[in-house]
Amino acid sequence: MIETLFPHGPWHYLAGGLLIGSAIGALYLLAGLVGGLSTFFSSTLSWASRLSSLQQAKLIESRGWRLAYAAGLVLGGAVFALTLGDFGASTRVPPWLLLVGGVLIGFGARLGDGCTAGHGICGLAALRWPSLIAVVTFLTTAIVVAQLAAHFGVIS
Amino acid sequence: MKRLLIALGCGALFGFGLSLATMTQPEVVLAFLRFQDFGLLLVLGGAVIVALLAYQVGPRLLARPLAGAVFEKRQTPFSRRTVIGAAIFGAGWGLCGVCPGPAIAGLGLGNLDLLWALAGIFIGAWLQARFFGSSDAQTR
Repeated sequence: MIETLFPHGPWHYLAGGLLIGSAIGALYLLAGLVGGLSTFFSSTLSWASRLSSLQQAKLIESRGWRLAYAAGLVLGGAVFALTLGDFGASTRVPPWLLLVGGVLIGFGARLGDGCTAGHGICGLAALRWPSLIAVVTFLTTAIVVAQLAAHFGVIS
Repeated sequence: MKRLLIALGCGALFGFGLSLATMTQPEVVLAFLRFQDFGLLLVLGGAVIVALLAYQVGPRLLARPLAGAVFEKRQTPFSRRTVIGAAIFGAGWGLCGVCPGPAIAGLGLGNLDLLWALAGIFIGAWLQARFFGSSDAQTR
């Protein structure tokens, strides 16, 4: 049963999840900040674009810590590679698909005001029902799209 | 300065957790979406339980954050945009198996392929701001 559900075992998933929750919990308890990630992309664009929607106060005020937070994510990945993992991973997903998928991800996350971290972890932790609806919605469309893409051979 | 260091440290823990959970590999996320490996549910569940404790217990025990001024609250009202945005986000996630956190953390593992996804996310965020940004400001 366990092997069917988790061919690679359950423990690294659970341990990783607990660390992720600790990171988001610590950011909230220490600094009072809600650690979603999709806003990072808009707040970072605020340095480069004069669009009024990108010059909102809430983006300007938070762009510093959001950039530091993203730098931390890269650092954490590098520490993992140097200690428990391997450096220089790659993916079989082709570049064009990463780019097209990325555009949808960036557009949708900003329109819907959250991603897997912002709605999926922070929103659920705050017991916000709009986040629950968002999570159910993106899980459903992602499953449908991934199954269709596999069926039509978009990705091997 | 203190806030930046806290964000950097928590980000590092987040990135380490994502890497340990192999969420930085799009293949693992796609395997979940195709019902071949349900590990992602353990990642999400484990993360939500710990974060839930912090979000629910913290403000009841503490007048303010240990090293900050106020506990931030997300006030964005629910609207059709939440559902449409989440559906579009899900389509992209299901196509390539990448979401914002893992795309950033994966760079630290040296997976430079993810730069394509990051470029796409920046373009998508810009398009949203350019063409739907004004109504965004009105609803808030």
